[in-house]
Amino acid sequence: MSETVVKTKRLSKEFIRDEFHVKALDAVDIEIHRGDFIALMGPSGSGKSTLLHLIAAMDKPTDGEIEVLGANLRQMSDKAIAHWRNVHIGFVFQSFNLLPVLTALENVELPLKLTRLNKKERIEHAETALKLVGLGDRMGHLPKQLSGGQEQRVAIARAIVTDPDLILADEPTGNLDAAAAEDVLTMLARLNREYGKTIVMVTHDPHAARFAKTVRHLEKGRLLAEGTLPADWAGAVAVRA
Amino acid sequence: MSIPLSYNVRNLMVRKTTTLMTAAGIALTIAVLLATMGLVRGLRSAFEATGDPLHVLVLRKGGNAELTSLLTQEQFQIVKSFPGIAKGSDGQPMASIEVVTVINIPSEDSPEGMNVTVRGLSVQGVQMRKLKVIEGRWFKPGLREVVVGKSIAKRYPGATLGKQLRFGKGYWTVVGIMDAGGSATDSEIFGDGNQVASDFNRADTYSSALLEATDEGTAAALRNALQSDRRLNISVMTEKEYYEEQTVSSRPIQFLGTFVCIIMAVGSAFAAMNTMYAAVARRAQEIGTLRVLGFNRGSILFSFFLESVLLAIVGGILACIIVLPLNNVTTGLGNFITFSETSFNFRIGPELMAIGLVFALILGAAGGLLPARQAARKEILTALRET
Repeated sequence: MSETVVKTKRLSKEFIRDEFHVKALDAVDIEIHRGDFIALMGPSGSGKSTLLHLIAAMDKPTDGEIEVLGANLRQMSDKAIAHWRNVHIGFVFQSFNLLPVLTALENVELPLKLTRLNKKERIEHAETALKLVGLGDRMGHLPKQLSGGQEQRVAIARAIVTDPDLILADEPTGNLDAAAAEDVLTMLARLNREYGKTIVMVTHDPHAARFAKTVRHLEKGRLLAEGTLPADWAGAVAVRA
Repeated sequence: MSIPLSYNVRNLMVRKTTTLMTAAGIALTIAVLLATMGLVRGLRSAFEATGDPLHVLVLRKGGNAELTSLLTQEQFQIVKSFPGIAKGSDGQPMASIEVVTVINIPSEDSPEGMNVTVRGLSVQGVQMRKLKVIEGRWFKPGLREVVVGKSIAKRYPGATLGKQLRFGKGYWTVVGIMDAGGSATDSEIFGDGNQVASDFNRADTYSSALLEATDEGTAAALRNALQSDRRLNISVMTEKEYYEEQTVSSRPIQFLGTFVCIIMAVGSAFAAMNTMYAAVARRAQEIGTLRVLGFNRGSILFSFFLESVLLAIVGGILACIIVLPLNNVTTGLGNFITFSETSFNFRIGPELMAIGLVFALILGAAGGLLPARQAARKEILTALRET
């Protein structure tokens, strides 16, 4: 059995929105191992993004336990979490979230500013990451000078540049056309297959989920048993087809 | 390591109009401060440059201005017999009885006329002041001739070399222009003491006496000795003390300038704050992203704080550029002790500009702290969801 990267026990997240009590995540138990490529699927409001945010320590659970890469995130200070996230997590957003005033190279170099690498080493690492995603010729471009697919590839380069243990991707193809989405998914699969990166990807697209090794479904905040589909899943697939 | 400075600089450049408008507001505030300080410094420097530590000034008892002082020839005869007064090459004591009055002549700024000090003095009085005539010559005793300070010649078209001024009982010819090294004497007109006293019916009562002591220690002793002589009934002070007291004439303008500047500074700090709050709101998603990448709250706070300070420093530099042309510009200010105008130059030096930049920094810090704090306190998910 390979090393457990993420382990949750009865993980819950509740909040109040517009005076309504919302249970975003309800007693979720999940284990993700090193080298996994897992797709979290489910309809809007099923809790898949909430689970991803809790794994990335971007949010705090209301109940239950979460251990990521051996760290008990509930016991860590804000500052320690920031450092931990820089070292261990690479995050890919749906809307790319590149800093618009920085070039592709500067965007990728950004997380390395928090490491001990000197300027020359940082540039070398950032260039390598950009070449890996096929953007060696776009390093000096600003995000507005790139296509959506290229922006997402820069975001992936930024996510992998620190060589993190875990890559978290929140609807990485949500804002892309089919061809660009295919590129991005192929790249994530390659990172998992060739570089052994553990990837957790949130998606509602069954086609995207096919690139993952494992698919887990969430419904109304509950994680369904492995191999189980949500009640309306067959219908959804039929409509897509 | 913090968020790169280029991120802040480029964000300021991206929103050029907002940056320039805010910086311009800050620049105006600092320009008012620097102009006021330059004016006050110029005036102070004019007074502080006037007076020799060896010179002792004698006025009537309780007098604090030559214009309102009265001193008789009898008193002067006693005064100049005191020990400790330096002797001239002719063996005579270096002591000058002087008559000081004001006349009204039109200036470039005030065609209706401004008060100017006229000083009637002896040859010793001229020698003691160690002045240079830069054009023309010194006045001759017994003639209606005057030598004007260079500021007077510059600001009063009717008081240039060869022109005639009408005051007293006739016309006085300007025969020379003197340079007093930027001191208050540059704003005076010198004429023969006897002739001025005669024209203003002051032959019996002059205004003051100026004495030159042999050294600084003796000047203090001479001052004490004169002050304590009951026959004389006079006030005695060093010439330096006399002119330093006149720097109070700069206080109203200093107060007004500071008051206006404080009000403008509060406005500018709010402008900077408004700009930075807008920046924080517009870049909420970027703040969230930076936090996800691993930058902690402190880095975010420092980055936005720095951006505000940079913005204000742009304003500070603009202010320096705005006020720099004022350096050495000659202006005049009414002096309520002498009831005449003192001309002086604005003094905008590197030290003053450094003060301006520090003030800009303070404005930027004051305006940036709260928005930066708001940026740092944003929760990651809240920030990422803001558009």
